[in-house]
Amino acid sequence: MSTRTSIPFSRRAFLKSSSLASGGLLIGFNLFTACKPKAVESPMDLSSLDYQDFNAFIKIAKNGAVTIFSPNPEIGQGVKTSMPMIIAEELDVAWDMVHVEQGILDTQNYTRQVAGGSQSIRFGWDALRTTGATAKQMLINAAAARWGVEASECTVSEGVITNAKGDTLGYGDLVEEAAKLETPEEVTLKEPKDYKIIGTGKVNVDIDEIVTGKPLFGLDYKTEGMVYASVMRPPAFGQKLESFDATEAKAMPNVVDVIQVGDKIAVLAKDTWSAMKAKKALKAEWKADTKLESSEDHDRILKGLLNGNKFETLRADGNVQKAFAEADNVLERTYESPFLPHNCMEPMNFFAHVTDEKIHLVGPIQTPEGTAGRIAEMLERDANDVHLEMTRQGGGFGRRLYGDFAIEAAEISNKARLPVKVVFSREDDMADGIYRPAIKYRIKASVKDGQITGYHLKEAAINSNMYGLIPNFFPAGAIENYQVDVAKYDSNITTGAWRAPYTNFLAYAEQSFFDELFEMMEVDKIQMRLDLLEKVKGTTDERIQYSPERMQEVIKTAVEKSGWGKQADGVYQGFVAYYCHNSHVAEVADVQIEGGMPVVKKVTCVVDCGIVVNTLGALNQAEGGVIDGIGHAMYGQFGFDSGMPTATNYDKYRLIRMQEAPKVTAHFIQNEYSPTGLGEPTLPPAGGAVANAFKAATGKRIYKQPFMENPEFWRLSDQPILG
Amino acid sequence: MPTYQLQVNGKATTVEASEDSPVLWVLRDHLNLVGTKYGCGIAQCGSCTIHLDGEAVRSCSITMTQVVGKSITTIEGLSEDGSHPVQQAWKEVDVPQCGYCQAGQIMTASAFLEKNPNPTEEDIKTAMNANICRCAAYNRIHKAVTLAAEKMV
Ligand code: FES
Ligand code: FES
Repeated sequence: MSTRTSIPFSRRAFLKSSSLASGGLLIGFNLFTACKPKAVESPMDLSSLDYQDFNAFIKIAKNGAVTIFSPNPEIGQGVKTSMPMIIAEELDVAWDMVHVEQGILDTQNYTRQVAGGSQSIRFGWDALRTTGATAKQMLINAAAARWGVEASECTVSEGVITNAKGDTLGYGDLVEEAAKLETPEEVTLKEPKDYKIIGTGKVNVDIDEIVTGKPLFGLDYKTEGMVYASVMRPPAFGQKLESFDATEAKAMPNVVDVIQVGDKIAVLAKDTWSAMKAKKALKAEWKADTKLESSEDHDRILKGLLNGNKFETLRADGNVQKAFAEADNVLERTYESPFLPHNCMEPMNFFAHVTDEKIHLVGPIQTPEGTAGRIAEMLERDANDVHLEMTRQGGGFGRRLYGDFAIEAAEISNKARLPVKVVFSREDDMADGIYRPAIKYRIKASVKDGQITGYHLKEAAINSNMYGLIPNFFPAGAIENYQVDVAKYDSNITTGAWRAPYTNFLAYAEQSFFDELFEMMEVDKIQMRLDLLEKVKGTTDERIQYSPERMQEVIKTAVEKSGWGKQADGVYQGFVAYYCHNSHVAEVADVQIEGGMPVVKKVTCVVDCGIVVNTLGALNQAEGGVIDGIGHAMYGQFGFDSGMPTATNYDKYRLIRMQEAPKVTAHFIQNEYSPTGLGEPTLPPAGGAVANAFKAATGKRIYKQPFMENPEFWRLSDQPILG
Repeated sequence: MPTYQLQVNGKATTVEASEDSPVLWVLRDHLNLVGTKYGCGIAQCGSCTIHLDGEAVRSCSITMTQVVGKSITTIEGLSEDGSHPVQQAWKEVDVPQCGYCQAGQIMTASAFLEKNPNPTEEDIKTAMNANICRCAAYNRIHKAVTLAAEKMV
């Protein structure tokens, strides 16, 4: 869908303006509400709103300075820069006049800043543009009234309004009058061709603070009288606390208290080190109350599920069994992946201070609103007692969607009646995770008369299966007989979303499978993809949201940019095209043999995510996503032994480092479609591109992540091409 | 608990801390210098990198007794105002994603470039391999170190 320049829903639901006590114009809006398409259906009554219902603000001071208060969790995906860029564009101010702040506007007047969840640029696009344009229109109306002219004859550029006679007024001169005006009902948005800020590269708004080490992150937050909590949790999944002895820990220097909350023991101390050290002195007895599971169990169980018949069918077109029976050729392969911890560079942490008056929470969280609500409920308190401030976040990757650490902090503070910061050690962070579940895929396809006639995807996963539109992603719609079946095993190991859920592994399985299938069919890998997509054109199936046209374009562009098929001697390439998070991506990995081993040297990445808001930020996301994808596909090895994680720190768990990181060249398709996801879509294809390039280089296929754990692949003696 | 005289960012400082406390936590919790980050605590990630008499060291894995009489520089003291060529390069290249690892990256890079002002591409990769960036901003880190080297000439 091309980007809309007039917005049909009522802005009244989320906008309000007024004058500031200190002089100037204030526009408040609820980004959270505005970004949810649901809000469109049930506009609220403006008169019932006060500023406590807003979580984002634009403030224009009398000197013309613009401050944008961005409520959104910044986890490294760049929204604290890109969202204000969108507002500034429509407000029509120069970017260097804009100052961006996170969080609280005025603690005296606005006490509740429970702010939005993980909404993206995609949902914020219309709301942010409308907000900026509304403020601009009010300023124009104020200027027109002062001059006694029609608003339509005024033009704006960079915060200065000009009338037909050539008189000018700056925004700062008009804020007092504008604040008294009605919020306009209709505003016109800019045409993409007129953008001056959107589509340019703006440096991260926190850059100065980051490079000088200013306190920004949750772990950096401090307040008077705060104690640090190091928490001992059951060492294995499936265990409960039986008893403990804290005598020794309590006697250690700087230790304030040791308290039990549920099955956990929290050591409170005056500094982090004393708390961590005293935790090691705790003597605790644990007992298993459910099965202590191991990775071998999971392996066996998931294989059993794939071989069994307890599936739920998520999509079925035609008759795959008939297609397989009538085929000239059938290919069936199984792909396996382990659990993965998130390993945010900043370990989980949260501050809580529970008093009779309020519940003060501070820290890095991707779902502030939901978490605040859960805490109020747990402590049987009014939701209005909760005051949550978000900090910058040292990575999210899905882990900070779960408020377990914040709830824990609130529980401990409630019991200790102290301001408490819960700090996870790296070991805690990896051992008390909410992991990407281990998954296995089995894919089977049939070929008849040179055509792919059937495609059957089976998923066996721990705890939960693929959801939403994933079963309708490519090749749904392109193959007549198509079926997706899923099955799961309920484990006591906690699992959840991990950057690009499901597709982070499915893309590799599917794209590796296609590479092998196309080789078996002896067809051109690019042409075959284009031909399959051709069949999807004009589909009336609403479940199919990927665009065959846009997919073909990224494929063709990737062929051109990567020099596909024209690579130098000794360079082996792997091709992947994948759609997820509403964006279309194609990637080509270049592999060379060095010291007898295949090494990823370069990745070309072509992305269609609609309009790119911040080109600098977008490149950073794309490069990071590709390298992250390769890192976890290559090295991410994690499992359980009797309920205990097999790795708890970086000596045993390998993350990709600079020496293994290829050069990534990212290209963005220029178009006027509304922006779509960018934090995730470049990650899933990367593993497949590498696996396919490894095959080209060595003649061998990898069916299991992490790639490093395939001894048969790395056994050099029977590698014909190496050397 | 023993008292230590330290030289931190050019200033003489006295701090009380347990002798086995890693310097990292003394900096963060006692001296309020939270720019130095905790990532692993076992000398694997480089988030906690500081300069000890100009050498890049992992502050999570050295204790107070090892720093007495030596001069410590943290990210807060690398320059008065973020004007160190490495910090400048980091801004120009717009390196950070989440930003959490970047103080450690900058401290590793600045100590490295003091020693090797004309690094090859491989030299940079080897030196910076000590620091993990979970957001994988490695391409930009590399680019910024190259740019900083040019600025330092
Ligand atoms: S925290 Fe010191 S190296 Fe990781
Ligand atoms: S920028 Fe996030 S860990 Fe490096």
